[in-house]
Amino acid sequence: MEVAQTAASPNRVSPNTVLPDHVAAPPLTALRHKHLLGIADLSAEEIVLILDTAEAMKEVGRRTIKKVPTLRGRTVINLFFEPSTRTRTSFEIAEKRLSADTLNVAIASSSVVKGETLVDTAMNLEAMSPSMIVLRHASSGACHLLSRICKAAIVNAGDGMHEHPTQALLDAFTIRERKGRLKGLKVAIVGDLLHSRVLRSNVLLLTKLGAEVWVCAPATLIPPGMQQMGVRVTTKVDEAVEGADVIMMLRIQLERMQGGYFPSLREYFTTFGMTEARVQRAKPDAIIMHPGPINRGVEIASEVADGSASVILDQVANGVAVRMAVLYLLAGGTDDETVA
Amino acid sequence: MKRLLRGGRVVDPANGRDGVFDVLIDGDRIADVGKNLKADGAEVVDVPAGLIVCPGFIDMHVHLREPGQEHKETVATGVASAVAGGFTAVACMPNTKPVNDNAGVTQLILQKAREAGLARVYPIGAVSRGQKGEELADIAELKAAGCVAVTDDGLPVATAILARRALEYTSMFDMPMIEHCEDQSLKGDGVAHEGPVAAGLGLRGIPGVAEAITAGRDILLAEMTGGRVHIAHMSAWTTLEAVRQGKSRGVKVTCEVCPHHFTLTDDLLASPIAYDTNTKMNPPLREARDRDAMIAGIVDGTVDVISTDHAPHHYDEKNVEFDRAPFGIVGLETAVSITLDKLVHTGVIGLPRMVELMSVNPAKILRVPGGTLSAGAPADITILAPDLPVTIDRTKLVSKSKNTPYHGWSFKGGVAATIVGGKVVYVNPAVEAGL
Amino acid sequence: MPVVMDAERISRALTRIAHEILEHNRGLSNLSLVGVRSRGVPIAQRIAADLRKIAGEEIAVGALDITLYRDDIMGASAGVAPLVRKTEIPFSIDGRTIVLVDDVLYTGRTTRAALDALTDFGRPKSIQLVALVDRGHRELPIKADYVGKNVPTSREESVQVKLRELDGVDEVVLQGKE
Repeated sequence: MEVAQTAASPNRVSPNTVLPDHVAAPPLTALRHKHLLGIADLSAEEIVLILDTAEAMKEVGRRTIKKVPTLRGRTVINLFFEPSTRTRTSFEIAEKRLSADTLNVAIASSSVVKGETLVDTAMNLEAMSPSMIVLRHASSGACHLLSRICKAAIVNAGDGMHEHPTQALLDAFTIRERKGRLKGLKVAIVGDLLHSRVLRSNVLLLTKLGAEVWVCAPATLIPPGMQQMGVRVTTKVDEAVEGADVIMMLRIQLERMQGGYFPSLREYFTTFGMTEARVQRAKPDAIIMHPGPINRGVEIASEVADGSASVILDQVANGVAVRMAVLYLLAGGTDDETVA
Repeated sequence: MKRLLRGGRVVDPANGRDGVFDVLIDGDRIADVGKNLKADGAEVVDVPAGLIVCPGFIDMHVHLREPGQEHKETVATGVASAVAGGFTAVACMPNTKPVNDNAGVTQLILQKAREAGLARVYPIGAVSRGQKGEELADIAELKAAGCVAVTDDGLPVATAILARRALEYTSMFDMPMIEHCEDQSLKGDGVAHEGPVAAGLGLRGIPGVAEAITAGRDILLAEMTGGRVHIAHMSAWTTLEAVRQGKSRGVKVTCEVCPHHFTLTDDLLASPIAYDTNTKMNPPLREARDRDAMIAGIVDGTVDVISTDHAPHHYDEKNVEFDRAPFGIVGLETAVSITLDKLVHTGVIGLPRMVELMSVNPAKILRVPGGTLSAGAPADITILAPDLPVTIDRTKLVSKSKNTPYHGWSFKGGVAATIVGGKVVYVNPAVEAGL
Repeated sequence: MPVVMDAERISRALTRIAHEILEHNRGLSNLSLVGVRSRGVPIAQRIAADLRKIAGEEIAVGALDITLYRDDIMGASAGVAPLVRKTEIPFSIDGRTIVLVDDVLYTGRTTRAALDALTDFGRPKSIQLVALVDRGHRELPIKADYVGKNVPTSREESVQVKLRELDGVDEVVLQGKE
């Protein structure tokens, strides 16, 4: 992980500063990173900073003129190797609200087959001096690779099965908005744990902030080492949602059936699907979450997805504010010799 | 031409020798080994104190990539890398382009080796035509052309029935079938060891039992047919168990372990360089339990050979996303240092055992000359500098490819010089060896 | 560290400013205060309290966070991005007289940022500026309409405004170069 090179300033305390005991460390006001590669690299304080900053960014979204000049003149490239309307538009709106110049580059999988590599594509874009590259890619670790070869700051918009940090951040923002806190809440996450980057990021974030996390999936979809991540693991969905404050459903990718992980979607829905009846076991004010897109009747019943406890649309709305916060906090910490 | 290596510590376990002896070389053969030999017109080299004189090391698992992938390595650059690593001979794998399933490719490899004039090359032929796993290759033709073993390495022999036939057939020629053990259905599209590290990194996993299951199959088939099977690049503790049990029943099974599998674990994939493709090879780096089991097998004799599975890949091929990178790391120039530092200096094994693992046993398994310093044996000699401080610098490797995870690592121990057929083919400039 | 304004002087200065606002605008109709975060906000609230005492009228007070409008936070010279807080202006500023309130007027860049921010909220009829302390060294053509105290300084010095709402004490201190 690269640490931002920040210029000395009288009020700035670098991570390496040793303060005498009687001097309290000033509150954190910046991320100590050049890139956002994953929740794994963030401390609890940094996560809270992002969430607090997102509150202010959300207010910008309520104004008539939804724009602030903060990233004016900065170029941000959205480099998406996997199709995505939701995440990409969310980043794009966030970038535009901060007055950045955005560029969307969508690489079809056919181009990759033709030999257009991630490294070559990124280096060609680098030549145009972007400040930041927001990358979504099908390979875990793609953002780490780019961070080693690009000068731009890299923001992970989802890498393979590894992490989707901005999703976890907007999920946390939504939970905090509804519940006032994360610490001590029982959060049940149900779905394909093995292949889900949303799961990994959420587990890391929620455990760092002191939530009690339960994860639930068929045994064929539980990754090794799940227990060591500080969560309770169960194959019984009733046990997971019992008394839960938050129920988070993960998407079942329909291709999984070909992998033989479970016999049929019908069986999946009966055993693991979130139905009204199952939701009754949670707390009366429990909220239902889903990163989208929803497979109605597979992991979640329509009534639950559209019901009053569902905050799925709030998650989408909060995505813009959280991404604005991330872009702002990363851009502020960088040495950007390329800005005129 | 005669040369007398005088006064060095000679470790020659095949002849029960470990002590100060003189070695007399005549032409391409060892003429004599003993105390206070007469020079008798020979050029005298006083072996500096601290250096060790051993029978030449033989790496029985090397990918030379020629024909077809010369951008990664050629026979010429491969044997140069071998002698720089202290190896006097290598056995090269058939997964070239085209596959070495015929005399033509075998002869090409041997011709290139002759032209290079450095390490000896023993080609290994394919088990199945084109390594497609459907029908046996012309194994008799391969043997006649100079192959010493057969394998479909890169893949396991595709079916039990084909493995059975191969074991029966090769037993006629006293050739071992070398097996890359890996059940393909369990492997799926895995790229790393199935465990918490891969799960945390979002990488698809290959469970250790995928290796043990194929090994188990082949050990039973070897038992049934009386054929010889050699388990290549063993990495999992479950595989070791299967080999141990097979040996206890008298099955003709041997096995090899590569240095990375007795030193590294899958933690390296996460840090210090996350998703470093120089940590990606097949079989993958596994957990501490597996690594420790490999060391235990080396100590208790279950493991017969240390080989490298030297797998060069071009920088561009490795400079991609982890799951797209080809499997493999180079190993010829790091094996001796790693073994000296991590096994000998730590007291896990002694030098005689190291020589068994890297010279005596490979020669025996492949039925090739070498592994000893007996009178009349080829003058293939590896001279070690066990106290030489070595720091691996990938930019300085002789191999055409630089894909090693050990870049920047420091070891105590290295190669002083390599002699093949009486000819000094490598001298380490950092060591004063007098050669 | 010399104290250039103690609690009593601050209080008298703010009262005087309240009178000046009233006089200059001939009353308080269509006028609102907007404090620039952070210390401009309690100062604006105190001025509003004084205006209530003097004129018997309730004045609306908003809080403006100008972090996202600053011209010095992005780039190598900055060091750290300051914490962004919410802007809360619970009234329309269109057609109103807005009195911006800040603690220290120095280069003028904060005021410039505040003007940009306000313009994104609407179109005020006019904007006036209160500064508790004016320390000189303007880099932009900006002036305060109402000043608590002029404190001549050198560039190496800094002016620290402490308010009991945020710092537990009321005083303005001049800090010399270490």
